[in-house]
Amino acid sequence: MAQTTSVSELIKQKRNKSRRMKMEKGVPVLLFLAASVSVLTTVGILLTLVVETVMFFTDVSFREFFLSTAMQPLNRSDPSFSILPLLSATLLSTGIAMLVAVPIGLTTAVYLSEYATDKARRVLKPMVEVLAGIPTIVYGFFAFTFVTPVLREIIPILDRTNILSPGIVMGIMIIPMVASLSEDALSSVPNSMREGAMAFGATKLEATIRVVIPAALSGIIASFVLGISRAIGETMIVTIASGSNKNLTFDVTQSMQTMTAYIVEVTSGDAGAGTTAYYSLYAVALTLFLFTLAMNMLAKYISKRYREVY
Amino acid sequence: MAEYIDHELVHKRLPRRIALNKIVRGLFLASTLSGLIVLAVLLFDVIRDSWGWLDWQFLTSVTSFSPEQAGIIGAISGTLWLMTIVGPLTMIIGVATAVYLEEYVKEGRVRTFFETNISNLAGVPSIVFGLLGLTVFVRMLGMGSVVLAGGLTMSLLVLPIVIVASQEALRAVPSYLREASFGMGATRWQAIRTVVLPAALPNILTGMILAMSRAIGETAPLIAIGIPALLIPLPGSLFDSFTVLPVQIYYWTIDAALTAEYAYMAAATIVVLLVIMFLLNATAIFIRNKFQQRF
Repeated sequence: MAQTTSVSELIKQKRNKSRRMKMEKGVPVLLFLAASVSVLTTVGILLTLVVETVMFFTDVSFREFFLSTAMQPLNRSDPSFSILPLLSATLLSTGIAMLVAVPIGLTTAVYLSEYATDKARRVLKPMVEVLAGIPTIVYGFFAFTFVTPVLREIIPILDRTNILSPGIVMGIMIIPMVASLSEDALSSVPNSMREGAMAFGATKLEATIRVVIPAALSGIIASFVLGISRAIGETMIVTIASGSNKNLTFDVTQSMQTMTAYIVEVTSGDAGAGTTAYYSLYAVALTLFLFTLAMNMLAKYISKRYREVY
Repeated sequence: MAEYIDHELVHKRLPRRIALNKIVRGLFLASTLSGLIVLAVLLFDVIRDSWGWLDWQFLTSVTSFSPEQAGIIGAISGTLWLMTIVGPLTMIIGVATAVYLEEYVKEGRVRTFFETNISNLAGVPSIVFGLLGLTVFVRMLGMGSVVLAGGLTMSLLVLPIVIVASQEALRAVPSYLREASFGMGATRWQAIRTVVLPAALPNILTGMILAMSRAIGETAPLIAIGIPALLIPLPGSLFDSFTVLPVQIYYWTIDAALTAEYAYMAAATIVVLLVIMFLLNATAIFIRNKFQQRF
């Protein structure tokens, strides 16, 4: 039996079809526009940082910024702009943080991946990861109101704001990052390698140190590098607990200001737009951005270049 | 045949090697627990400091110089206002980006370009996003430090998280579902809209909620865009000034040197913030367990 379809029905079908085809063509364009938001963000960050940094270097020489040692941006009569004091504080706090995060993070990873039973791992791993979910402002409060007073009992010469306490707390914050990325690297080492080592009579510890860790080394080192990047960019803990002293020093008992804390101070302070102090913000931020970008790319390079594929 | 292994030596050293393994195992467990002990101390310290301050009056009053009258209703409403921008905006842009990368581009240079960009963006310190917001939204577009500027800044910050979570959710949808819909005559977009997205929705929502939880706890970018330290009126529109819970905690903590009570108020605000984040995370886990389909 021949199917009978009215003319109006056919027109309607045709129209539906052409609308559908338009959707098929239009949707990817819209989706592409959405995807380009993330690219525009990167472009926006680079443009704002670079443009304002250029403005800064019309007032201040490279020499002063990178080689002199005095940082007094708000001194009206004789302002000076050197990034070295901020850099020393950032490197110190990052160093202290890694001294805490690397040993604890790596041993936690080894325990969870090599020693813990499945049941213990299922309980412990999420608990360790809770540490990563605590907002940094809470860590800052903890460093300032708890860790510093406790440390001052032990080290009486410690200032009320110092770089030691936020460094330690920052390390605790980074533990889950190091632990979880290192654990991923350790557990991707195939069991046959552990079993091979143990068949030769190695204890679990010997198998771990001689075979499993070397095999997972690229992932483990990448986790350290990402931890460093995180520590360099961390803001609130140091802003609250390390004060705003801009002296070039390596004395961890003193108050010091990191690059990130400087940005917070200047944006929330009284440096008006257009002043050299305001532009210095962007020069510091660009330095910070380049440091973290370099670390992130290094981490990616290490884990890609040296990864053993099993 | 020569003896290659000195059995006597092996036996002599064996007990020591086994003992060392046991000791190290204990040390590693202690190290794992040390992180958890710090977490417990932190929570204990915060709850102890907040004791007696966290009451109904504190939750429902506006801020004030006088500790007895101060409250955090302004910060709570500011946080909610912020979410009304960050939630929908990152959901739409994030999911659209993920669909574009997973369903349309699939592989090749374009995708590598976008993904490299997204992963680099995820590693940019949050304070740098704050500077972007300050320069572009607050100054260049002349918004001032209002809800909209804060919301847009925060949206850009958490966008990479939403994109990556949505990509993983889409990747978990098996390709036979797509092929079945093509086989039934669906176009690509019809297959995505009616089959793939609904199947990926629980995982997308889980990622969204975790991103919101991150946005609620972020402080640095909002301080950078210039949120005032003391704010009395509640925000009534996207173009009003506002403050949020973490920023309130920040100003009370640094002022604790002047007035000791501020530290207790900061602690009470932290408890509220942590409870909100805990509820969000619990919701995410609930959604994942309840609606996640195994294919």
